[in-house]
Amino acid sequence: MTIDVSTFVGGYPFRHVPHPDTDALLRVLDREEIDEAWVGHLPSVFYRDPTPGNRELLALLASKTKRLRPVPAVRPDWPRWAMTLRDAVNAGAPAVRAYPPQWGLGPHDASMRELAIAAGELGICLVLTVRFEDLRQRHALDVAGDLTAAAIRSLARAGDAVRLVVTAAGREMIEEVHWGLTPAEQERVLWDFSWIWGPPEDQLAKLFRTIGSRRFVFGSQWPLRLVQNPRANLDLLPDDVRDMPLAELNRAP
Amino acid sequence: MTAPLAGTAPLIDAHAHFYTDASGRADWNDLNAARFRAGDRIGITYHVASVLGSYGFSSPTYFPSPADVSAGNDAMLVIAEREHRRVRMYATVNPNYTEHALTEIERCVARGAIGVKLLASRRADDPLLDPIAELAGEHHLPVLHHIWQHRRREWPSQEISDGGDLARLASRHPRTSFILAHIGGGGDYAHTFPAVVDAPNVFPDLSGSGVDRGMLDDAVAALGASRLLWACDLTIETGLAKLRALEVIGLSDDEMADIRWRNAVRLFPERSFSLDESKAVPTHTRHSPLATRHS
Repeated sequence: MTIDVSTFVGGYPFRHVPHPDTDALLRVLDREEIDEAWVGHLPSVFYRDPTPGNRELLALLASKTKRLRPVPAVRPDWPRWAMTLRDAVNAGAPAVRAYPPQWGLGPHDASMRELAIAAGELGICLVLTVRFEDLRQRHALDVAGDLTAAAIRSLARAGDAVRLVVTAAGREMIEEVHWGLTPAEQERVLWDFSWIWGPPEDQLAKLFRTIGSRRFVFGSQWPLRLVQNPRANLDLLPDDVRDMPLAELNRAP
Repeated sequence: MTAPLAGTAPLIDAHAHFYTDASGRADWNDLNAARFRAGDRIGITYHVASVLGSYGFSSPTYFPSPADVSAGNDAMLVIAEREHRRVRMYATVNPNYTEHALTEIERCVARGAIGVKLLASRRADDPLLDPIAELAGEHHLPVLHHIWQHRRREWPSQEISDGGDLARLASRHPRTSFILAHIGGGGDYAHTFPAVVDAPNVFPDLSGSGVDRGMLDDAVAALGASRLLWACDLTIETGLAKLRALEVIGLSDDEMADIRWRNAVRLFPERSFSLDESKAVPTHTRHSPLATRHS
């Protein structure tokens, strides 16, 4: 079963994105033989209060939740965030999203740690996004910066219940975080490989060999990026790692 | 044997690199082997490649010393000769050393180079590039120029150029073809397409790690398939992803063939590839590439 853990619906403020809607996403899932997508609300990334975006997300996905699983955003420095988290669980969300750089929350923000623990205790993942675009093409107003490795380490160390899915990280960040955690803490973090280079550098293959393929999940960052890219990366793996299994999201983290 | 992932039709990677024992990387040979492994898996017919000096080991990647330029070209010549079935090469030069650059081009062309590779050692519209562009035109060699899509400021380690800079050089050399490197290789590609739309001898390649949705659609809409070259540069998986994306955005068979290989056949000197060049004749005239090649 293939689950794309990193998809969105809705527009992006800094460039035109074609067809960022649920019908297009369902067609893409069919075409690419992806069973299910975890779907966030892209405009909410840039809202101060993500609550209206969550409502919109749930409305957009209302009749499609069998394949499009809502992943609402929870801003932990906002009043009544715990209620938003519970609402997400009640809506069938497999995870919630948070955007600390866009919200101005630093790498050791206490409210982020509270959110990570609370989500984990409710049995759902916290999805983090390292970046939405390459640094070199960003709009002059897009100054939030990337999520840092320090922030991810801080959350992974917050408690046993924490379950993170980190999307759009590169090889260096993954290695920095992974080898900066205890083995127990490493188990709390899954990574998508939407931004990891394939051949000839073979960075994905190297990561499969060193930290293990079961630390990785399928993610594309659709509609910002081509959904074909993670599949192409898997298809071009060297023989010794080609059939290594990814993490099973139904049972883990 | 497994069928190539991108089918059996010809496929030319117009922007590839190989490494050498002077590249400062212990895994240089693995990198080259990985390019061939992935190329065979996809079905790449030809890698048109360069070696970028010492890749920073003894002089900067984007400002290679003349000695590193020559050593890199020597290594690339060996690879191209040894792998003639599937490799062709660019002669890499640094335009700050004009005589050396011109000599390198002549030397490498005599041994089979089919294009010129320019890095980011000098702004693309600088007059120092004129003699190189002129000589490339005389030999019908396309010039592959490293490009930063939309240059808004200086960045370290490179003297970056964007589509507008390259278009100015191209306008001074209408008989020379210029390959605008990696629209997915960093910067804002949305700026590039209008910057070169009126420069008919500029041909963007699709390579780079960037796989933004909409980039390919916008490139085809702005420039037409007859001005785009498929390529990988440093990330072959993004090349495969882009091929698969091109297959679903509504291109005709002719347009796909143009991007996969026919535009490259038209741009590079005659008989550069062991392909049926008669099938590379343009079937449409809009954005007609390189009317000067046979002149």
